[in-house]
Amino acid sequence: MKKAYIEIDEERCKGCGLCISVCPQKIIRFSERFNSKGYHPAEQNDPEGKCNGCGFCYMMCPDVCITVYRLTPVRGETQ
Amino acid sequence: MEYKVAYRMPESLSKKQFSYCPGCHHGIVHRLIAEVIDELGIREKTIIVAPVGCSVFAYEFFELDGTVAAHGRALAVATGMKRARPDLVVFTYQGDGDLAAIGTAETIHAANRGERVTTIFINNAIYGMTGGQMAPTTLLGMKTTTSPHGRSPEREGYPIHVCEVLKELRGVAYLARTKVNTPKDVINTKKHIKKAFLAQLKDIGFGLVEVLSTCPTNWGMDPLKAGRWIDEYMVKEYPLGVFVDKVGEEK
Repeated sequence: MKKAYIEIDEERCKGCGLCISVCPQKIIRFSERFNSKGYHPAEQNDPEGKCNGCGFCYMMCPDVCITVYRLTPVRGETQ
Repeated sequence: MEYKVAYRMPESLSKKQFSYCPGCHHGIVHRLIAEVIDELGIREKTIIVAPVGCSVFAYEFFELDGTVAAHGRALAVATGMKRARPDLVVFTYQGDGDLAAIGTAETIHAANRGERVTTIFINNAIYGMTGGQMAPTTLLGMKTTTSPHGRSPEREGYPIHVCEVLKELRGVAYLARTKVNTPKDVINTKKHIKKAFLAQLKDIGFGLVEVLSTCPTNWGMDPLKAGRWIDEYMVKEYPLGVFVDKVGEEK
């Protein structure tokens, strides 16, 4: 089970690449696809589950298109 | 175990798409302001005064009431709003062409009177919306469309340092200069913005945060190079730091 993952709103993304540059795990890349504005949006490519939900991509995204999800224990549940 | 949201768009931002160029730091600062407003729980009583410039539609991107002031007059409008309704939180969001050029008088006098308003000042050393003309904050030697051979002190004078000018004024309660080109700086900038709002909420005085920002389009760089350019050139001309802090430590 992945520790964390991100969701990118591809229609909002303008393909500036700031999230790609700050990702410590280097698991964000430009998509081959175009969005309706004609940009290559960013996408997460994380087959090994390296994302740890640090949120650097969210902090640097100038268009606020990234949502970060972290795996967190539910109350009362043992790991 | 289940997946929970760690970071998502703050509630004080409307879902409207920003009108800024790719990689422009305006969006980061918008998000930080919205997060601060959410954390302080003042969304229902906050008013934004947008400037003239790239961020002229800023009031559309926030889930707040707001207006646009005439060019440079955002602090004059904010003064009127705050004096008419002292129970509201009023902040202005201004660029360098707005605050440091045509609005110099309004800025200095609002700060000197210690108006209980907050200003977020975006310094990108150029006029962005009108196509890259020289601003008062343009660095020496920097090429713009109206200084094609580079700014020279003999012809165009020296860059104006707004924070250094304002720090001598007694009405100022919080004054800081930051940048947002790395995640660490983004976190720091959020603390500064929060304190500038606290200066108003605690009724201490005027708060201003100057954010060194990129303008990749008019600088003629890609967003990553523009971020590095801030570290290489802008920070040397405009040193970062806190100039006035009467707010004190947060609990």
